[in-house]
Amino acid sequence: MKRIPLIAGLALAIAGASLAADKLLINGAGATFPYPIYSKWFSEYNKLHPNVQINYQSIGSGGGIKQITERTVDFGATDAPMTAEELAKAPGILHIPTVMGAVVAVYNLPGVDSLRFSPETLAGIFLGKITKWNDPAIAKDNAKAKLPDAAITVVHRSDGSGTTSVFTDYLSKVSPEWKTGPGQGKSVNWPAGLGGKGNEGVTGTVKQTEGAIGYVEIAYGKQNKLPMAELKNHDGHWVKATLESVSAAAAKAEIPDDYRVSITDAPGNDAYPISGFTWLLVYKEQTDPAKGDALVHFLWWALHDGQKDAPALDYGPLPAPLVKKVEGTLKSITVQGKPVLAARK
Amino acid sequence: MQPASNIATAERAPERLPNAAPARVNVPDRAWAVALTVLGAGVLVVAAIIIAELWHTGGTSLTRTGAVAFVTRSVWDPTRDIYGALPFVYGTLVTSAVALLLAVPVSIGLAIFLTEMAPGAARSIISFPIALLAGIPSVVYGLWGLFVLVPLLRNPIEPTLAKALAFLPLFQGPPIGLGYLAAGVILAVMILPTITSISIEVLQTVPGPLREAALALGATRWEAIRIAVLPYARAGIVGAVMLGLGRALGETMAVTMVIGNSPTIRASLFAPGYSLPAVIANEFAEASGALHTGALAALGLLLFVVTVLLNIAARLLVRMSRRGPARVAA
Repeated sequence: MKRIPLIAGLALAIAGASLAADKLLINGAGATFPYPIYSKWFSEYNKLHPNVQINYQSIGSGGGIKQITERTVDFGATDAPMTAEELAKAPGILHIPTVMGAVVAVYNLPGVDSLRFSPETLAGIFLGKITKWNDPAIAKDNAKAKLPDAAITVVHRSDGSGTTSVFTDYLSKVSPEWKTGPGQGKSVNWPAGLGGKGNEGVTGTVKQTEGAIGYVEIAYGKQNKLPMAELKNHDGHWVKATLESVSAAAAKAEIPDDYRVSITDAPGNDAYPISGFTWLLVYKEQTDPAKGDALVHFLWWALHDGQKDAPALDYGPLPAPLVKKVEGTLKSITVQGKPVLAARK
Repeated sequence: MQPASNIATAERAPERLPNAAPARVNVPDRAWAVALTVLGAGVLVVAAIIIAELWHTGGTSLTRTGAVAFVTRSVWDPTRDIYGALPFVYGTLVTSAVALLLAVPVSIGLAIFLTEMAPGAARSIISFPIALLAGIPSVVYGLWGLFVLVPLLRNPIEPTLAKALAFLPLFQGPPIGLGYLAAGVILAVMILPTITSISIEVLQTVPGPLREAALALGATRWEAIRIAVLPYARAGIVGAVMLGLGRALGETMAVTMVIGNSPTIRASLFAPGYSLPAVIANEFAEASGALHTGALAALGLLLFVVTVLLNIAARLLVRMSRRGPARVAA
């Protein structure tokens, strides 16, 4: 009696194994910010290569780093580069920049469609020092705007996030007071305001609250039609957050060979100052021949053909010189000791 | 293997029963008792594992900060590895207190109305939506709070309260909408069905003769409820309130969506705050470093301790009220 289900189960298991042999399953986990473009890439790539199926769990950058360190996934993804301490636990990990993102300051002030913030003013608002919309510091750069005598409600992220990391990295660079105060991190001790959960939480709170200002990924600002402030960049120019100005931030910045770099407050006339990369994390020495090979070929595809999908989803494509540089890094990845892409041009 | 053979014996047992000698040890009974004891002990084992695991993860952070400093410090700064839990404890207690303050009178009133006064048809019509309230997922409560309750609080409720009760520090400051008050109101709605339905059960156990005796002595309906019914049911109602409190303390999703998530301690109910479960849910996924993760685990341990302390307090309260007129009335 008991044998029949056992045999049936065995048969199923064998069938499953043979299916798995036809389909190569690659697993990844990490950042939520690039999830929309990654899932687009994985489905496009699957159409081109039906035998390669890539699964991605958007559990957050921290989770992605943990899982790739423990090698429970084939690749990780993060919005903030791994720290030296984290890298020491996972020797041989490469950061591969995939696309660029930007953090924008969105606000809700009826009748005011465009605002400009100098770095000092933006830091002052998030430090809780500038508390009224008609503060002279804001008025100085916005002569045309009719600024009300209303309180500023600061909205920040309550959950730990790469967005916060990029934003506080920028504030730490431009404001000594921010650097010695709240500092830079995925969760910081905010001196003012209230927290919303996720980009959607911050967007929702700003949208609902008159006099609110918050920071979100550029896609959320655009899709919710919230006004996004112009910022004064490193070279003293006023820049709007556009995909071009985001890519421009990476053009003149000096990129080290391990790509673990912050490009906030980057030099360049058109560079938007709160820009950043998002990275995939892969081991330089791949052990599984089939998976390693497929993963490297996918990365090559994402670096070239995949970039075309970026603007439609509000991500900045990598600038051409950087693509050349990353090509070299991809060629250095080996599978069981042999480079995969050495033959590529 | 043991449980399987026990079940087999249990199934055969009824056939044997008529012939069994009365003095023989009843095997199925014994097996049943053992099985239940194992299951009961399992609950304790699970609780012990939770505590051990929280201690294992959070112990280092806790001893590094110092247990007393961890509970009494009011700075939470993950970038500098400074961890103080006081704002979260405060937020948890304040929101739960607001919730109880709003929900308890309404729930008990509802329960009394439904058991003592309402005609049969009204009873089922009203108790159905109450049961329904208990089944709504907390994230839906959170969304409702964000899109309906918070705008209402921002205008007109909070400005009105501020105008009427401006002398109280509880109702001062800018009316943002998100804050302790919003979280407290949401929690009140969430725990209302728990308290109401258990209170109804308890009130239904009050013996009819008690009520009739009071009425026969010339008591009005309200006096009968007050003198005869409520004292008898007091212990059970306290238990119902404590179950509601337990849910309020542990509620995560709905609270984090409306409390404002700011680790500060403010007297005003309009101000944004934070709660223990909310900060764990918010920061755990992206916690970097063992100390940050550990501090969040330590917050979990602290929530456990707060819950246990309040449960002990509830037990004491129930015992005290049993010694009171409830015993006499029974």
